[in-house]
Amino acid sequence: MMHAETAPPGAAAPVFYQTDEEGHHSEGSTMLGFWLYLMSDCLIFATLFATYGVLGRSYAAGPTPKELFDLPGIAVNTAMLLFSSITYGFAMLEMDRDRVKQTQIWLAVTGLFGAAFVFLEIREFVHLFHEGAPPWRSAFLSSFYTLVSTHGLHVSMGILWLIVLMVQVRKHGLIVENKRRLMCLSMFWHFLDLIWIGVFTVVYLMGVLE
Amino acid sequence: MSADAHHLTGHGQDTHDSHAHSGGGHGTVQSYMTGFVLSVILTVIPFWLVMGNVLDNSLVTTLVILALGGVQMVVHVVYFLHMSTKSEGGWTFMALIFTITLVVIMLSGSVWVMYHLNHNMMPMDAHDVMNNAR
Repeated sequence: MMHAETAPPGAAAPVFYQTDEEGHHSEGSTMLGFWLYLMSDCLIFATLFATYGVLGRSYAAGPTPKELFDLPGIAVNTAMLLFSSITYGFAMLEMDRDRVKQTQIWLAVTGLFGAAFVFLEIREFVHLFHEGAPPWRSAFLSSFYTLVSTHGLHVSMGILWLIVLMVQVRKHGLIVENKRRLMCLSMFWHFLDLIWIGVFTVVYLMGVLE
Repeated sequence: MSADAHHLTGHGQDTHDSHAHSGGGHGTVQSYMTGFVLSVILTVIPFWLVMGNVLDNSLVTTLVILALGGVQMVVHVVYFLHMSTKSEGGWTFMALIFTITLVVIMLSGSVWVMYHLNHNMMPMDAHDVMNNAR
């Protein structure tokens, strides 16, 4: 579609941006497309949750969730992610008002909360390894690490994306393209917080409860 | 969620407003704060129930925290992801419903089938270490 419209002039790049900017439709379909990606990501997490649901009680005479999980630490982790969600929301509100500096500040705060979450999760994993609970110890631990680290990897990628977008906003300002990108990341970020609700409920709270 | 919080005059104005009208806007400070406060409440209650051992019956506690988790997911979808039945002409909602259906079938099906499989296989391996470990 882009090619057909940009075929006559030799320089493709500027014209490409132009079409993107004008097309109100293209922004809408980007959001819908990104939403569909999130739904497919949701299915990945659903399969991992199902795997954990099936294997989560197979301890192979190894450590149980009750012995391993530190709920106050998980509560702090949860708070980090929840705070990062609301600060991203504030960044989006500042973006709506076209205030570059405030947007950047809130994005940075979001990134720091996200980094704190990843740091605490890695620290928890290191602690579990020291406790004699590596992934290969039991089916429960294999499925636990797969599920939780997939989520952690998503958050890490989200932070990387956030840094890239902050550089973009710094270089080009809050142009339409950057706004669209920030809106996509916003959906991604809130989606990860939503998945975490499932993780702390099913894995940590229900694990300790048994 | 009123759209009059958008007072900008940039070229993105039209796009944003039409989005807000179709129900896919960014929300307001109030909507974000409502979502945040609800999320905090819905997070604190399950942690309190489990850590404080408030209810003696662990099955009831499990059902309650699962229900609260479900409610909090809805809160996130509505107040943070700004999903409504009308955003993007209803297509995001359709995709969401489709995904939820798949997820429910996959989760309940896997757990159900594997539970019965485990159950029926139990007498076969009485020396199974896993059974003793429980």
